[in-house]
Amino acid sequence: MAPPNPSATSEAAVKARPVGVQIGEAVRKFAGRLPLHVSVIGLAALWSIPTIALLVSSFRDPGLVVTSGWWNAVKDPFSFTLDNYETVLDQNGMARSFLNSLLITIPSTLLTILVAAFAAYAFAWMRFPLRNFLFLVMVGLLVVPLQMTLIPVLKLYVSLNDWFGFLGNDVPLLGGRWFGTNSYAGIWVAHTAYGLPFAVYLLRNFFGGLPRDLFESAYLDGASDFKVFRRIVLPLSMPAIAALAIFQFLWVWNDLLVALIFLGDPDRAPMTLTITNLVSSFGTSYQLLTAAAFVSMALPLVVFFALQRYFVQGILAGSVKG
Amino acid sequence: MAGVTFDKVTKRFDSGLPAVNDFNLVVPDREFLVLVGPSGSGKSTALRLLAGLEEITEGRIFIGDRLVNNISPKDRDIAMVFQSYALYPHMTVYDNMAFGLTLRKVPKEEIRKRVGEAARILGIEGLLKRKPRALSGGQRQRVALGRAIVRDPAVFLFDEPLSNLDAKLRVQTRAEISKLHLRLGTTFIYVTHDQVEAMTMATRIVVMNQGTIQQIGIPQELYDRPRNLFVAGFIGSPAMNFFDGTVVREEGALAIETDGIRLPVAGEKEKQLSSYLGKKVTLGIRPENIHAADFTPMGIRGSVVEAEVEVTESLGNEEILYLMRDGKQFLARVDPRTGARPGIKIRVVIDLERLHTFDPESGESIGLPAAEEKAEQEIQTASP
Repeated sequence: MAPPNPSATSEAAVKARPVGVQIGEAVRKFAGRLPLHVSVIGLAALWSIPTIALLVSSFRDPGLVVTSGWWNAVKDPFSFTLDNYETVLDQNGMARSFLNSLLITIPSTLLTILVAAFAAYAFAWMRFPLRNFLFLVMVGLLVVPLQMTLIPVLKLYVSLNDWFGFLGNDVPLLGGRWFGTNSYAGIWVAHTAYGLPFAVYLLRNFFGGLPRDLFESAYLDGASDFKVFRRIVLPLSMPAIAALAIFQFLWVWNDLLVALIFLGDPDRAPMTLTITNLVSSFGTSYQLLTAAAFVSMALPLVVFFALQRYFVQGILAGSVKG
Repeated sequence: MAGVTFDKVTKRFDSGLPAVNDFNLVVPDREFLVLVGPSGSGKSTALRLLAGLEEITEGRIFIGDRLVNNISPKDRDIAMVFQSYALYPHMTVYDNMAFGLTLRKVPKEEIRKRVGEAARILGIEGLLKRKPRALSGGQRQRVALGRAIVRDPAVFLFDEPLSNLDAKLRVQTRAEISKLHLRLGTTFIYVTHDQVEAMTMATRIVVMNQGTIQQIGIPQELYDRPRNLFVAGFIGSPAMNFFDGTVVREEGALAIETDGIRLPVAGEKEKQLSSYLGKKVTLGIRPENIHAADFTPMGIRGSVVEAEVEVTESLGNEEILYLMRDGKQFLARVDPRTGARPGIKIRVVIDLERLHTFDPESGESIGLPAAEEKAEQEIQTASP
């Protein structure tokens, strides 16, 4: 006789029990989990309050914002307005700033991922002298404060201004210099350099976790290192690359300091810079700041949700386990 | 189609200890050679050296007539099946199988033909559009085989390909790989730690331990005439029983005395042991050469011994007895009708024609040429 299937017997046992017992069990299960649910929801609410406050305030009348707390907005009189957004978007150069932010952030993010992925592949899978030492140096750079580097890098950029001077002082369409201070390329390189230690560290650890057999199998199949990188490593590393893309995008998008140092020209200022100037020029009218903050948050949110689908669990399933 | 030659190959890792030491082996074309040994014996390293996945420290490896020491893995005309299968998880079964051909710029039509043919041989035509995660262990194993087949290599390498399958599927796949070998008529080199796989599939077996070859031979030869204690203990399940004994003269004939039992030896064995008179030897007896006294097959010249039964393991067609005599445990494989129960005393018959004797110092079998000499001879006759 075949041995009884254990799952079949337990299913039968569940069916055989009276309905009352089943409901009782469900209630008990729910009650058991209740503290967990309450605390998780509570924490989530707590973390969301500042953002909600900001959102509510951004739609309130400027007069009300300064006289009463944001929670009064839900009471009578309901008076919501788009005035704040209108004021912010009508500001001189805000549209241009949005474009500038994109022009700075997208290349900086792509460049970081590209360079970091190449470096991480080499550190993880290629044999060359001093590999571990160089990797340690790279990771060691994580502890160097960004602020320490601003003056030396700025001095370097200033001297490069003359170097690239022969190309003329205005890049067609984009504006600004070709390289050095007040140039897009300069800030791309700066952001990429600042982002690389973390990016290489993150990706190397992920690449290093991919099964060795996959690489050896691909080598035997006739793949070069570049083919392995492109056809095997990149597709399998999308979760890590998506995570890195979000990190880097947010960091560059929200950056004020690097932009302030290297891109002084208001024509090329990103939103962070323009918003800061907005606040200082309007004194304490912080209701404008709330609206500006939301305008600035909109794109990162879109990026986050767009990349979210790459956070796939078990991307390696079926590869090397029996 | 090509043979393989290892000529004095040594591999040392950074720690300095050789993983493979002075490895000499000639594999003729179309052979199904199995490298078997416990973990750490260097069998996988030997295979990886052949594949080009590890660099050779010393020596030369030929595939056919071609020295491959400095040839990259992809140009060695080999295909390898990994223990983990190493399927590309983001590609369909078809793409997995076609990957190697695509990289080699084989025309699309030809790829389709070859993948289709391999899928037909392996019975996986219906799975070509699936991803590896949607396959069972056995199906993945077939895809891994298929990926090797489409490449049509000169030599197939297998690194423990059945270890991740369940017992039933393993037996089935074993037979299929054997069939595949007959069908493709290519050289197969197969690494396993499982001596049953080695015995059932190989045309020749290489037993390895601690980086060196212990014995090379056809399966039956390894079983009947193990060259040293290691091979004797490794091949055969349950393992051979070993006893410490002394060669004595009894009524004009030689006998081996062990724990108060005297086992007379005769014929060829007597000649071999003559120089060991009065010296210690290690005596080996396979469990199947110890029979229950009441169920001893006809025509066996044996000595009767009494022992206490400690444990019995019934397998239906046979019974394994764990016997104890004078504080020494040994195993016997007996007829299931014996009816032995733990705690009782039982009389067993030791088959005197099937005694193995080893020199306790060197571990070498008494009366057989040493393993290295044999390998040396072979390499001289077959070296390109």
